[in-house]
Amino acid sequence: MPDVPVAFTPNPRQAQPERPQLSPEEARRVLRAAEVALLDERRQLSADELSALADVPDSSVPALAALAHEVRLAWCGDTVEVEGILSAKTGGCPEDCHFCSQSAKFESPVQAMPFLDTADVVAAAKETAALGASEFCIVLAIRGPDERTMQRILELVPIVQEEAGINVAVSAGIVTDEQARRLAEGGVHRYNHNLETAESFFPNVVTTHSWAERFDTCQLVRRHGMELCCGVLLGMGETVEQRLELLGQLRAVEPDEVPVNFLNPRPGTPFAGRPLVEPLEAIRWIALFRLALPSVILRYAGGREVTLRELQALGLTSGINALIVGNYLTTLGRSPDEDLQMLEDLHMPIGALSKAF
Amino acid sequence: MAEGPFCVWCGAARATHPDRPCRRQLDPPRFCPTCGRRLRVKVHPAGWDASCRDHGRLPADAC
Repeated sequence: MPDVPVAFTPNPRQAQPERPQLSPEEARRVLRAAEVALLDERRQLSADELSALADVPDSSVPALAALAHEVRLAWCGDTVEVEGILSAKTGGCPEDCHFCSQSAKFESPVQAMPFLDTADVVAAAKETAALGASEFCIVLAIRGPDERTMQRILELVPIVQEEAGINVAVSAGIVTDEQARRLAEGGVHRYNHNLETAESFFPNVVTTHSWAERFDTCQLVRRHGMELCCGVLLGMGETVEQRLELLGQLRAVEPDEVPVNFLNPRPGTPFAGRPLVEPLEAIRWIALFRLALPSVILRYAGGREVTLRELQALGLTSGINALIVGNYLTTLGRSPDEDLQMLEDLHMPIGALSKAF
Repeated sequence: MAEGPFCVWCGAARATHPDRPCRRQLDPPRFCPTCGRRLRVKVHPAGWDASCRDHGRLPADAC
């Protein structure tokens, strides 16, 4: 039997006639202005400049992507950071993130599983290191860690670091000030906590916790000296204005890394029937994220395979400078060999990155 | 493809399986082909392991 067919969502601009596209001449003008700002003056773009760039016509998206690539090379270099991730505690999450197959609130095919054994986690970290990755993220489907979970994490981190020889990142939900301090002292290199979407759209996505709680956790991560990995998920029905709002909010949390996810609608979730982001629209927004956040590690994350299909290499010449290799938390990625070949073909070396300041 | 009375992608009985695709691109199997129960699936960077509480491990080449 063939795979479930996929549907692409039209550009959200089509539902927003108040945001007409720029003419080709206007697009060339705003692109030139952005180039001067980011490459000559070496300053960040204003919200108005970003808003104008969001309105370039589809025919100018390749030029937008080319500028984003130049900005990435000028601000971050040509190195690509490779990371592996592992769902170390799957499903049964009390939160209701409408995109997530691990919420206990929805009838999902994903069976809940307890915290994996240390040996399983170490084996996954070694797999990741063998693929050339410099970062391994242990992900838990929880609202936030209780004391038992904190102890398990703190026990695991040095073991994984030592046995796999890789930086260890953790994603364990909302943390307190004290928990953030302990994680930092325990050797967690980077902590993942996504904003996912703009504050104004967040109530359409999650009702069991607030956007402000997420923002607060992001600030605690930075305050305690861990690198902040703060991702987004595009394609949940947010408008162009809300994506621009999100860019401003990301700037406010000052992440070291921003994973860009595209919605891969999961059966049983409230967003199961949503269409995918169109490939060219995905490239437009990858480029805009780079132009808005010129110094961050911008990582290809979930949904890229189904969203971009044959355009995946284009993302790496549109501002992306990091990727998750291999499988995701509950879904599979394309083969690591294909990604490593893609990087070789693009003459992009693999290495560890830190945010460029 | 794992043969059994149940679909590994949606858990429906094969005898009454809806006549529409249910396999999603890049998903591991989620249901036991023998009993239709949800599988315990560990997805790791380079592969996956799926097992049924009653019928054991699903071979990696089953799907």
